Amino acid sequence: MHELSIVMGIIEIAERQAKAADATIIDEVELDIGTLSGIETEALEFAWKQGVRQTMLEYAVKKINQIAGKARCLDCDAEFAIEKYEDACPICGEHLLDIIQGKELRVKSLLVS
Amino acid sequence: MCATCGCDSGGKTTFRLLDKDQQAEHDHKHVFAAGHDHAHSHFDSHDHVHNHSKTIIEVEQDVLLQNNLLAQRNRGYFDAKNILALNLVSSPGSGKTSLLERTLTDLKGQLDFAVIEGDQQTTNDADRIQATGTDVTQINTGKGCHLDAHMILHALQGLKPKENSVLLIENVGNLVCPAMFDLGEKERIVIISVTEGDDKPLKYPDMFHSSTLCIINKTDLLPYVPFDIEKVKANAKKINHHLEIIEVSCTTGEGLQVWYNWLKSKVLLPETT
Ligand SMILES: Nc1nc2c(ncn2[C@@H]2O[C@H](COP(=O)(O)OP(=O)(O)OP(=O)(O)O)[C@@H](O)[C@H]2O)c(=O)[nH]1
Ligand SMILES: [Mg+2]
Ligand SMILES: [Zn+2]
Ligand SMILES: [Zn+2]
Ligand SMILES: [Zn+2]
Ligand SMILES: [Zn+2]
Ligand SMILES: [Zn+2]
Repeated sequence: MHELSIVMGIIEIAERQAKAADATIIDEVELDIGTLSGIETEALEFAWKQGVRQTMLEYAVKKINQIAGKARCLDCDAEFAIEKYEDACPICGEHLLDIIQGKELRVKSLLVS
Repeated sequence: MCATCGCDSGGKTTFRLLDKDQQAEHDHKHVFAAGHDHAHSHFDSHDHVHNHSKTIIEVEQDVLLQNNLLAQRNRGYFDAKNILALNLVSSPGSGKTSLLERTLTDLKGQLDFAVIEGDQQTTNDADRIQATGTDVTQINTGKGCHLDAHMILHALQGLKPKENSVLLIENVGNLVCPAMFDLGEKERIVIISVTEGDDKPLKYPDMFHSSTLCIINKTDLLPYVPFDIEKVKANAKKINHHLEIIEVSCTTGEGLQVWYNWLKSKVLLPETT
């Protein structure tokens, strides 16, 4: 359950930013999570409930932007959507891919007051 | 508070440097919070007279940034001392410690080694390493399911690996969680054993995607288990076309020479010897 470490990381970032802005309440936190980031949404939900207790994020609304996987084929240069690392290039069938999107794991923004 | 990284102490991760002479097993119990204890002042519940207006903060910050910065710091330390750091990951029981035991014994006198052992509980693995005469620090992560760069930073403070040595880091047995946490290693080595089923790469793609070498262990058991080694290799390559694959048996020693050659090829020898 590395998701708990991830939630701790989110809390650390959010609290530091909120305090720096002199805020006392975090109303909303917006996260960018790529589908290839290694984060299980269910596990994250579970870890979130445990992790945010008694922190500034305890009552914050969590918004998650799921970012779809995208790759570039090193053989034919095509760009296309992928769901898994094992996916082949739909144009030439090769597996020599560069992941160009989908590994994001970011705190995008906060709404504070 | 830890002066090096500013972390708060009093947490659940423990570090134990095992001494060569067993009786003097002093405790390097530099303890810090891995699941940080948060002693925050939380939002006030007083009646607000003043108006809090809502503000949007554009953060745009990588959640793993802190770990990645510490990993870079470890990497700098390794580079400066010409230490080859390897991060060994696998499911529980694939043979990480067995591979280390064989390696440390067979290459004794040829390369200098130091070992960091990561387990949730016990110093069993570190004891096995110590029996080979190698310096070893045991990290116990408690409930933590992976090592992170911060833990390695502290383990290094006690272990102090020699210049030009090879640092072998055995991660917590877990094919999921350690994938996300860069430790500052040069190479990540994923180990699977033939008793685990040949769909491992497809089930745990993150680990295979982030590793540079895959060791298939326990090949002595191939006659007894349904394990299509060619299928595994093909699947692993689909996920990561850079992945090198070496087949070994830690029990019979078959294939170990290939692994030793790989290891030696990664060691940058110092200018003068
Ligand atoms: N038959 C056979 N058994 C092996 C081989 N390598 C390791 N084993 C056995 O597999 C079991 C687990 O090996 P370990 O080296 O402790 O595995 P590990 O990956 O360090 O396990 P954890 O630290 O618990 O994650 C032990 O009983 C070993 O004796 C091998 O090549 N062949
Ligand atoms: Mg072990
Ligand atoms: Zn985990
Ligand atoms: Zn293509
Ligand atoms: Zn620290
Ligand atoms: Zn810390
Ligand atoms: Zn107030």
